[in-house]
Amino acid sequence: MIPGPFSYHRPASVADAIRLLSTFGDDARPLAGGHSLVPMMKLRLATPEHLIDLHGIDGLKGIRREGNTIVIGAMTTQHDLLASDVIANSLPILHETALLIADPQVRYRGTIGGNVANGDPGNDMPALMMTLGASYRLEGPGGARDLPASEFYQGAYFTALEPGEILTSISVPAAAAGHGYAYEKLKRKIGDYATAAAAVVLTMAGGKVTSCSIGLTNLNETPLLATDAAKAVIGTSLDEATLKKAAAAAVAIMAPASDARGPAEYRKHVGGIMVTRALTRAAARAS
Amino acid sequence: MAKTQKTHVTMKVNGAEVEGLVEPRTLLVHFIRENLSLTGTHIGCETTHCGACTVDLDGMSVKSCTVFAVQAEGSEIMTIEGVANADGSLSALQEGFRMMHGLQCGFCTPGMILRAQRLLKENPSPTEAEIRMGISGNFCRCTGYQNIVKAIQYAAAKINGVEFQEAAE
Repeated sequence: MIPGPFSYHRPASVADAIRLLSTFGDDARPLAGGHSLVPMMKLRLATPEHLIDLHGIDGLKGIRREGNTIVIGAMTTQHDLLASDVIANSLPILHETALLIADPQVRYRGTIGGNVANGDPGNDMPALMMTLGASYRLEGPGGARDLPASEFYQGAYFTALEPGEILTSISVPAAAAGHGYAYEKLKRKIGDYATAAAAVVLTMAGGKVTSCSIGLTNLNETPLLATDAAKAVIGTSLDEATLKKAAAAAVAIMAPASDARGPAEYRKHVGGIMVTRALTRAAARAS
Repeated sequence: MAKTQKTHVTMKVNGAEVEGLVEPRTLLVHFIRENLSLTGTHIGCETTHCGACTVDLDGMSVKSCTVFAVQAEGSEIMTIEGVANADGSLSALQEGFRMMHGLQCGFCTPGMILRAQRLLKENPSPTEAEIRMGISGNFCRCTGYQNIVKAIQYAAAKINGVEFQEAAE
């Protein structure tokens, strides 16, 4: 399988990349790790005339702490995330999630920027970024803007990115000290996209939940924040009745496709189980 | 640049400087097999799943069916043809696959060995679970993986200078 012909561009700066994307418009696609785009090109489901490879731009890679915020360059790979002490210490759920994405070879190439910006409902990072209250830096011909992850996703493969814009970095507030977290992902086999997955970040005091955020992956055209489910557990000790109530509230907003991963009813059912498991495991980790 | 215009690429493959003219859409695996005639790197699924095309690129295991040759400009690459020791003897991993019967048809073996080599560089004493996770991007349809895991354990022991103890089954 060989992709259709294209011209290859390797800009050395974000400004050059934006200029190329603006010039070629819909005929151009930015290339990050390429592990979603290149397979699509081989199937001729994507036939860009111009590929703008972002690997030549130094400033797009890296993880740094700025006060209480972790800033992650868009071209940082999943492998980089797994190797980072900053991530392991300040955002351990990001480490846990990266480890559940694809396989080692794909993680050496696949980037967090590509994962969140592609708009694929199967990608794991978007729901996690919403759960963590992250924001995306988008740069385009009109300048730079920051957009909360929760406002970025509009539909399957449709995002708030304007023509000529690229996502250059992600800012994530460091999780609170003593927080509990879990990313529960049901998949058919290792390396697969989620049949259903849930991210939970919570804090507890005196055995009761004081704050909670729940995100859902591949249970809708876009990633979801299960806000009612999260509200249902605040002030509780996550007893069985509360877990049931929270799972039901999460299931109520799920609208997965019926596909090779199962009919919608099944995926909603296991989606509720992922929420329950993630809540339980997160609570056990909280201190 | 016209779409079909060929680009000149140079890279170091198994220690040797190589060059060639490629279309931008030429995948690295095709450059390696067809331009360089190094056919030990196999093409399996062509969909980034099976890992048969795994090579080492600048210290990373990559599936060479999902990287364009133009992206490897200036890179250092190792393929199965570069794995043996300088004197031509088998590397610890090659020996491990031979001694532990880590292959049957052999189709996945080049990718397995290149992946396992990078795994052992990053983690010289992996547990069995870490080996299995470490090769989770490489499919074998013959062995059931058991002997591949043993082959990698054999190689790790040899590299670390300790005696290989086969775990009881």
